[in-house]
Order: sequence, then structure tokens, then C-alpha cells
Amino acid sequence: MLSFITKKIVMLGVSLVLSSLIIFAVIEVIPGDPALYMLGINASDDTLAALRLELGLDQHFTTRYMRWISGMLSGDFGQSYAYRAPITPIIIDRLHVSAPLAGFALLLTVIAAFPAAIYAAAKPKNFLSKAIMTISQIGIAIPNFWFAIILVFIFAISLGLLPSGGFAGWDNGLAVGLRGLILPAIALALPQAAILARIMRTALNETLGEDYIRTARAKGMTHTQALLKHGVKNAFLPVLTIMGMQFSFLLAGAIIIENVFTLPGIGRLIFQAIAQRDLIMVESVVFLLVVAVITVTFIIDILAALIDPRLRQQGRGR
Amino acid sequence: MRNIIRLFILLMVSLGLALPSWAEARRDITIGLQLEPPHLDPTSAAAGAIDQVLYANVYEGLTRFGADGAINPALASSWVISADGKTYTFTLNKGVTFHNGDAMTAADVKFSLDRARSEDSTNAQKALYAGITDVKAEGDHTVVITLDAPNGQFLFNLAWGDAVIVNKNTIDAITTDANGTGPFMVDRWIKGDRINLVKNPTYWGDAVQLDQATFRFIVDPSASFAAMMAGDVDAFPGYPAPETLIQFESDDRFRVTSGSTEGETILAINNKAEPFTDLRVRKAVALAINRQDIIDGAMFGFGVPIGTHFAPHHPDYLDLTAQSAHDIAAAKALLDEAGYAEGFETTLKLPPPSYARRGGEIIAAQLAQVGIRAEIITVEWAQWLEQVFRGKDYGLTIVSHTEPFDIGIYARPDYYFQYDNPAFQDLIKALSAESDPAKRRTMLHQAQTMLADDYVNGFLFQLPQTGVINAKVNGLWENAPTQATDLTAVYWTE
Repeated sequence: MLSFITKKIVMLGVSLVLSSLIIFAVIEVIPGDPALYMLGINASDDTLAALRLELGLDQHFTTRYMRWISGMLSGDFGQSYAYRAPITPIIIDRLHVSAPLAGFALLLTVIAAFPAAIYAAAKPKNFLSKAIMTISQIGIAIPNFWFAIILVFIFAISLGLLPSGGFAGWDNGLAVGLRGLILPAIALALPQAAILARIMRTALNETLGEDYIRTARAKGMTHTQALLKHGVKNAFLPVLTIMGMQFSFLLAGAIIIENVFTLPGIGRLIFQAIAQRDLIMVESVVFLLVVAVITVTFIIDILAALIDPRLRQQGRGR
Repeated sequence: MRNIIRLFILLMVSLGLALPSWAEARRDITIGLQLEPPHLDPTSAAAGAIDQVLYANVYEGLTRFGADGAINPALASSWVISADGKTYTFTLNKGVTFHNGDAMTAADVKFSLDRARSEDSTNAQKALYAGITDVKAEGDHTVVITLDAPNGQFLFNLAWGDAVIVNKNTIDAITTDANGTGPFMVDRWIKGDRINLVKNPTYWGDAVQLDQATFRFIVDPSASFAAMMAGDVDAFPGYPAPETLIQFESDDRFRVTSGSTEGETILAINNKAEPFTDLRVRKAVALAINRQDIIDGAMFGFGVPIGTHFAPHHPDYLDLTAQSAHDIAAAKALLDEAGYAEGFETTLKLPPPSYARRGGEIIAAQLAQVGIRAEIITVEWAQWLEQVFRGKDYGLTIVSHTEPFDIGIYARPDYYFQYDNPAFQDLIKALSAESDPAKRRTMLHQAQTMLADDYVNGFLFQLPQTGVINAKVNGLWENAPTQATDLTAVYWTE
């Protein structure tokens, strides 16, 4: 187990260093001068030069990369070109919206998907099961921004129950903050729940042909009992892997939803930063998302190995 | 059980309804804006969003724009201009303080203007203040500014958001902590979402009616529709979804406004790129365009046609639209004469705003009718600045020039449309030294005519500002003489 973890950690480190280089190199070649963007078309050349000097844009590529990397090791991503303020607190501010949103959406996903999948696997011929599977098919097909707009029309405009967008901040109380996240979380969760439900049902169905289910049935358990007691446990591994991917997706893929609901999260930050050519900000946020994805994958790998000893052996075999 | 019910009701009330009180007129307002300011310093960025929040509300200059575009006194109560037009003596209002309590004096004016024109200045409009040779503070309430040459636009230039008066003591924190002299103070900025302003209790001038104002930043057009309809936003002065305006027009709760801006929307032509070096080709482009189709198709009917680079609401405007009236046959004849009977290929680079993207599709179709095949290339603003504005790598592009009174850009031969006419350059030089209104008027008419005669660009329409406002809100600007949301005269009726 220990060598398995060591190997994974080395992989993690290599991926991070490589991705930081790729991100920096790719984003630096995007056409567009940040100084010109900020000062506009009336700015004179000496004004542009003065701003480039202030932002450190006149320095060489490698100098800027080294400064970015060394700063990052101490938790300092540097100064944003557009906001003219340190990047780290801005990102932390945005995470206060994006992380709870992703967590909330993942919770809704699990609450909706688990019972639906188990029910559909337990009673496959039942009308409700068929309905669940149809709805999940639709859930995958519906674009979530469209679903978001429909939610706004129903709950914000017609019923006036929830805000149409925006985020008042956590310091106005937990209830006020959560209210702003309800619709976005539902909009984000629907397609994820649909995917998860289908994958989990398939995984459960596969276990139904296994020997241990037959043994359990032979011992006198009903179909549903066997499924709950032995099937779910064995089907959990693929589900866990998918959930890990989904969390990364929810964190990174919320760009559209955050724009529809004008939530000040990571997604909107990166969207604005790209348009404003706030390159250092784009690099930092993208890198952070890479870190999140790699870390979640790492944790899932470890969890999976803990749950299923066979994976550890494979790790050694490789 | 009763406690549970009570708790439930309490929860529903706190979650669901914040009951508005209709006993009294409201003293707060929520304004929707599409773009968020990147930071809070109006003097070091071109971002109009900064002025949209801070101009006149938080920061003030010596002079200011009024709702009608006139130049009114602000921090300066009066001024005297010397006979040679080179020396301006401003008398400042007394009792003006910054939001942190510091008194605003002549020394602050000197500091602010010197900062804008200094060598390491990052002021986006530095060129406007380059003619200042000296700023002298005489006592606390008199400022004497000396120019290198008379400048008929000087008071106008001082009204820009880029020339607001800032406090020397707090200058290092200017991007994050606004410290102006205006009737509102920045209370809180939830980045990415909103900026809250509160009334400045010690404001030197006329007290404002509002106690609080919130600016919310909503990028997505359908989200702005939802926010207006749901009542989350009371006014959207630059409403981004014109296709839904008809719904607001038929709803008593709202008022739809259509005002003018300083944005001359043009089909810019690269005057130094073949075949546009030929006046006949440029004229053919101008005649091939049907302005009304563009206004109807891309702007949902809002927008006043222009025939030169000048704002129609300006008193010295000359209507020259007839000179480039839609005429396909004449356009074809001109192309034939210029040796392009088979037409030619060019590029049409379109920045993100909908006037450009939608208008570009229509213009490309119209140009195709006379044989000009324009390849549409969509670009982001940063790319547009790099490729078109700086690189001059384009044939045609659509853009709205939103700076007020910017006809002078045609006197810059290195400007991106590369119009190089010495007669026009001399005219603008003479104009800026002239302060007699009648003479200025004649010169401005000449300048407008010259641009129309040379068919420098395809002049399309004056960019409208269409707003959706709660019917009970009064006092917001309908026109936009500068990018600003002046809240000083806003009040609610019951």
C-alpha cells in the first residue's frame, strides 16, 4: 500500500510541474496585449510602456514563469493585471461561492441518483423504473444553461420565490447565501444526476449476474435484499470514480451556470479574465483547477484501493 | 408542534419574501450593468465600467458633464480664462472633503492633474492633458492652470472621468478603496457580483435623495431580462437584450428609454489597403450599405443614422446622410469605373458587441450585392486591438467610437483607418486653438463635410442607449454624454 501511494504521489508531482509549464506557455501566446486592452484606444505609447513596466510585462517569459512558480509555492500568485490587486485573495473569495456550489450540486446529484438507480435496478420492469430511466435520458440531453433559464422563469419570475441570480454573500447569513445557490445547484446537478443514475444502474445490473448474488438468493434473500446488501457495495467502485470526475466537472464546468445566474465564482472569474487578457489570472485559475482535478483523482485512486484490495496488487504489478 | 410551525413560517418568510414597504417612497435603488469595473481607479484605465459606477457619484472633477452633455461646474465653482486663452484660473468650492475626512484643497487638484500628465502616468487619456504646462495652487481655493496653446476643449477635457480629483494621502490604495468627494461612498464591493454605495452624510453640495445604491453586474442578456422581470434590478440603463424590449414596453411596471450616446458606429475602412486607397471604391462601399436595414435588423429599430463622424444631438451637427444614400446601381458603376467590375475580396473583422456581430452579417450581405465579397472574421476585443487597431491588418471592421467629441482622430494619419489628409489635419489644429463659438461651428461643419466627401469610413448610426427602468424611478440620464450612471438626481415616486 505504501509503495502504491508513493508511486501515486510522484505521478502527482510530475503532472503538476508539467501542467504548470504547459498552461503558462499556451496562455502567454494568446494574441492580445493586456496593457492595450486596459488603457484603450486613446492611450499613448509612453502610457502603455509605463503600465507594462508597472505590471512587469516587459520582462522575459522565463523570468515571469519563474516568478509565478516561486510565488505560487508560498501561496502568492502575484498581481492581477486587470484588478491591480493580489490574485490569491480574489481566488479565495470566488472559491467561497464555487466550492459550496459544487458541493451542494454533488449532494443533490447523490440524493437524486442513488435511490433512483437502486430502485430501477431492483424493479426493472416497474413503470416507475422505466419513467426514471426516461427522465435520466432527458436529463442528459437537456443543456444545463437552458434548464437554468427555465428554472429562473418558474421560480424567480412567475413564483417570485427565489432570486433570479446574483449572490448576496455569506456574511448576510447562511440562509441568504444558500437561497442564491439553490437554482444554480439544481441546474448543475440535473445532468450529473442523470449520468450517475444510469451508470450506477448499469453497475448494479452487472452485479446481478455474479455468483455472490446467486448465493445470497439461494440463502433465501429476496432480489431487492440481495441487491441492497451485496450489489450496492460491489457497484460502488465505478460510481466512486464517476463521482470524482463529476466533482472536478462541477467545479470547473460551472462557467456557463455562473454566467446565467451571475454568481461571482471561479467560472465567471476565468471568463472575465480571458476577455480582459488578465493572463496571470487565467494561468493561476486554470492551474488551480488542474490541481483540484489531479488531487481529486488521487484521492479517489487511494479510496478505491482502500475499498478494493485487488487494485493495490495491480498497482504493484505495473 | 406550534414551535415547529412557527419556525417553518419564519423560515419561509426569510427564504421567500422580503416584503417591500409601500408606505413611503423608496430610498434605495439597484442598477444593472453589463460590465464590472476591473478596479476602482477612474484615472488609470479605459474601462467605461469604472465611470459607470463612480463618475459623479463617488468622484468629481473640476467640471462635469450634465445630462444634456453641457459642461457644468463641479468642484470648481467658477473660472476665468485669460485673454490669450492659455491661463485658466479656477475657484474651488469651499468645505469640500474626501470620504476619509481630509479637506479637498487646491493642492489636491494640483496633485491629481500633475499625476495624470506625469511621465510615468498610466492615464488612458493622458494626451488630453498633455497641453498643460503648469498647475499652481494659490492658497487653498484657487488653482491656476497654464497651457502651451489655447484649447477650446479644455473645460470639456477636465470633465472626463480621467480628470477627477483624487487624494494624495490615499493614492496607494486607489484601486481598491475609493476616496472621492462625491455624494456617495463605496460601502462594499462583492467582486463579481455587486458594488454597494451609501450616501455621504457630509457631502458639500446638494443632498441626494437616495440613501443607498447597488450596482449589480449581469453579463448574460437573458439573465438581465430575468433580473428586471423579477424586480431584482430597478433599472438597466444599457439594457443588453433589445429583442425583449417589446415585452417591457407593453408592461406598465416599466419604462423603456432610448437615448443617444457619444458612440459613432462606423464601418471602418483601411484607407491604406488596396483597393480602398481609391476614393471611388470607398464611395461604392458607402453607397452599397443600407443604414436603415442595419438599424432595423441589428438594433431592433433603435439608432439614428449618421452621414459623418459626429453626434446628431450635438448643436454643430450637419446631416450628411443623403451623400451616402443607399444606391446599388451607383455603387456598381463606381466599382466598374475603378476597375473592379467583378468586385473584390476583403476581410470584415467583427468585435464582440452585438451591433458589430449582427450588423456585420447584414453589411456582408449588402456588400455582396455589389460584388464585394467580405470574409467575416469574429475577434475578441483584445484581438481587435492587437490586429486591427495596432496591426492595421484588416480591410473592413465595425466599431462604435464612444469617446465624446472625437472627430480629431481623423487628424492622426497613423490611426487605424489610416486617413491621411493634410487639409483636415490643419483644420483640426486651427479648431483646437479657436474658442469663438461661431467660428468653431463653421470649422466643425467643414470638418464633417470633408470626412463625408472623402468617404473615409462607412458611417452607420449613432449608438443608442436603450434602457429599461422601473416606472417609479425618476432622474436617471436617458442620453449618455459620457459613460456614467449619475444618481445625484434620482428619486422614487410612490
